[in-house]
Amino acid sequence: MSRREKTWWMVGGILILVYCLFPIAWIVSLSFKAPTDIATGQFLPTQPTWSNYADIFTGTASDLFLPALRNSFGIVLIATAIASVLSMFAAYAIARLDFPGKTLILSTALAVAIFPVISIVTPLFNVWRQIGLYDTWPGLIIPYLSLTLPISIWTMSAFFREIPWEMEQAAQVDGATTWQAFRKVIVPLAAPGVFTTAIIAFFIAWNDFIYGISLTSTDAARPVPAALGLFSGASQFEDPTTVTAAAAVVVTIPVVILVLLFQRRIVAGLTNGAVKG
Amino acid sequence: MASIEMRNIVKQYGDGFPAVNDVSLDIADGEFMILVGPSGCGKSTLLRMIVGLEDITSGDMVIGGKRVNDLAPRDRNLSMVFQNYALYPHMSVYENIAFPLRLSKTPDDEVRRRVTEAADVLELNEHLDRKPANLSGGQRQRVAMGRAIVRQAEAFLFDEPLSNLDAKLRGQMRTEISRLQRRLGITTVYVTHDQTEAMTLGDRVCVLRKGKIQQVASPRELYEQPVNLFVAGFIGSPPMNFLPATLEGNRLQTPFGPIELDERRAAAVQGRDLLLVGIRPEYFEDASLVDEAKRPLGSVFRARVDVTEWLGDSQYAYIPYDAPDAIRDQLRDLSRELDSEALRTQAIVSIDATSRIREGREAEFWLDSRKVHVFDPQSGENLTRDAEAGARLTQLANEDRVEQVQEAQSQGHTISDDSGTGAHRAGAA
Repeated sequence: MSRREKTWWMVGGILILVYCLFPIAWIVSLSFKAPTDIATGQFLPTQPTWSNYADIFTGTASDLFLPALRNSFGIVLIATAIASVLSMFAAYAIARLDFPGKTLILSTALAVAIFPVISIVTPLFNVWRQIGLYDTWPGLIIPYLSLTLPISIWTMSAFFREIPWEMEQAAQVDGATTWQAFRKVIVPLAAPGVFTTAIIAFFIAWNDFIYGISLTSTDAARPVPAALGLFSGASQFEDPTTVTAAAAVVVTIPVVILVLLFQRRIVAGLTNGAVKG
Repeated sequence: MASIEMRNIVKQYGDGFPAVNDVSLDIADGEFMILVGPSGCGKSTLLRMIVGLEDITSGDMVIGGKRVNDLAPRDRNLSMVFQNYALYPHMSVYENIAFPLRLSKTPDDEVRRRVTEAADVLELNEHLDRKPANLSGGQRQRVAMGRAIVRQAEAFLFDEPLSNLDAKLRGQMRTEISRLQRRLGITTVYVTHDQTEAMTLGDRVCVLRKGKIQQVASPRELYEQPVNLFVAGFIGSPPMNFLPATLEGNRLQTPFGPIELDERRAAAVQGRDLLLVGIRPEYFEDASLVDEAKRPLGSVFRARVDVTEWLGDSQYAYIPYDAPDAIRDQLRDLSRELDSEALRTQAIVSIDATSRIREGREAEFWLDSRKVHVFDPQSGENLTRDAEAGARLTQLANEDRVEQVQEAQSQGHTISDDSGTGAHRAGAA
């Protein structure tokens, strides 16, 4: 690349970065502003303050935020774990076995994945209320599985497909049962795939808003994205914007940490699923 | 250790295509059997049926006197080396080799003893802690063999184990496998498409074509008394030359002049118009370099040389010839079936490296007519095969094998339970 080309690439890259990161920078900036500071037209807070963070962790908003944070972590982690284990078995079967209805399963999974969530949330709300799942952890875990399972199955079956068949056959010849071959050879080899899938599933469930707001009503199960929408200001004339921004920043942190730690694997997983799925 | 008997084995796929068709083969205890043939001949399928990775459509697979058709691979107690080795990438070399023992719940110190012993044999000691990804191709190959020899399997099965190695390493590993097999004296079935491996390793070689056995014999018998055109063309490199011929009395008229046949062979080929004469490259020689005493045993002809290849220790000359269209098509089909592509009808002849025969010139060649074979072009059958001589060759090879195994075993080279546990007990005492 010539020098000129390089500079153009740099300029282009920086533009894209700014475009993508600007909203985040804005939220971070908002989270440090006092409520009166919002309308000043300044990007940076005139008097940076930690009060919003104090508010959500110890102040008035903490009754809403802290239980929501606990709910979010609990529900999402459980949903992720179940999705990973289930999709591991499903993907193994899809990648390895020849059974009628294999394409049906895959295309159903895809159909579920692209089905608009909003259209099933109302009936689900009624059903959940009838059978007592409304406003409970399982009441969110189950819909979250429907969000995370399809993509998990697709990603994971792409990973399984890349493990050479011979590996398993060798194990069988060496004296392993099918289950032993799966546990001692296939699972360790698929571990990066399982991991990637788990991270992707975690994001999807973590970011959900519609189920969270529709299927909960109290602290019992309300996740963070739903709780953010319910923040109120100190008085009814005060906007909760800055507190919401602070909470949003806090919620983003686990995601950012996960991405930073596992960057490479996520990219591998996404492209894997994209090309081979 | 055990013998392997196959009786009328058939493998039919879902679409009815018979990959292996009515194969019956007896492999003696301790024998090194090669399954060879061009790609798609069913040799790998047959091997996978022995080990149990492929279902048997019909027929009986008997290992060590027990019918194993319905046994899972793990219940057959065979060990196998895969073409891509199939090492477990997440385990160290030590754990890879120990894997079969771990599965059979062998105690730790026994595992250690056996793995070290196998690693000694294969010179893998310094690599035991490494992961397969960090090993060279040859080392990976040895790990795969280590995993195979570490337990007392009834037989070893090899599925083209050397095809992923470069030529030099392949030669080394070939002798290594041969030595190991003799040393352990274990029944071995080895699949390859490489005829050098087939010739050098096997006690007996089974040539397959389209799922059917063509001939099972010692390498020497295959080479000298092939049963048909296919075997004759497959075994030998460069391949046997096939010339069209017509019979006139006891004499074959070929593009390279008349070839005199002896009484036995002449009688065998009577009554056919068109024949194919099979002549191996080394039956030819530069006429000027032939001993006067040998000269009358063959015939001399003149031909124009197209290309010569000088290889230092040997030299090949390519001599084009004309053939009737029918023969030409048939030879082309045959070479295609043998995974090669003969573009023109030409004979490859081996001449002495010192010969000064030049490209593009006419030269005089001598042809040893004593060993030529005559084939029926329609059926491909070898009309002049001497079954007795062939059987004698295989018998000799078998005697050699028995002698070698006894010698190796008398030297106490085997990895066996007795010697091992004996030493172990002595250590414990």
